[in-house]
Amino acid sequence: MANTYQLIASHTATGTESSYTFSSIPSTYTDLLLRISSRSSDIYNEVHFRFNGVASSYSYRNLYGTGSSVVSGSDSNNELQGNAVQALSNQTANTFGSIDLYIPNYAGSNYKSTSGDATQENNGTASQAMLGAGLWSNTAAITSIQAFPSVGSFVQYSSFYLYGIKNS
Amino acid sequence: MAKVIEINCETGETTERDQTPEEIAAQEAAAQEAADRKAAEEKAAADKLAAQEAVATKLGVTLDELKLFLANN
Repeated sequence: MANTYQLIASHTATGTESSYTFSSIPSTYTDLLLRISSRSSDIYNEVHFRFNGVASSYSYRNLYGTGSSVVSGSDSNNELQGNAVQALSNQTANTFGSIDLYIPNYAGSNYKSTSGDATQENNGTASQAMLGAGLWSNTAAITSIQAFPSVGSFVQYSSFYLYGIKNS
Repeated sequence: MAKVIEINCETGETTERDQTPEEIAAQEAAAQEAADRKAAEEKAAADKLAAQEAVATKLGVTLDELKLFLANN
């Protein structure tokens, strides 16, 4: 069981930024946690991910609540979808969504699984929460992670923290 | 134009550049795919709810009562 968290790198958006990549991730941890506080410049809600710059072999299953119903989904894509939502431009001003993307055994030689846990922070009836299980069907060790909104950009003060986790 | 940020975890160096036309096109394609899929999922959920409500109406009970009955059997 992982019991130490170490901040590897972080960044806070200073303006309109369409993509973040953490590169040259050391292989010395057991798991990774990407923690994001973000808001979109648009009204589409998901944050997507790619590992090592590879645009293939991602799939997911998820559950999300919309504020009025619960929806389940699954799909295969060229990027990891269905694991994360963020605050939208038409939601309560100055609110940010919260995202945790956990990646166990990121440096191993098996396919890479992920778990996503995310929620918006809207002062209204429509506010989404999402739980996602992802799979990248690739045996390469993960050395870079790219995060980008499904549409638009991350607004100023969106923040990104990458933690390495060890089991000792 | 939106910026692309790369943070090198070994050196701590942060680089910034403009998004390329190819990156913009790829993002737009992914967005359309995600929007289509999400709309289909939400329609499926709405259709399922409507079907459940239709059954409850036929039985003369509320949807909550029907769900309670199904949960206990």
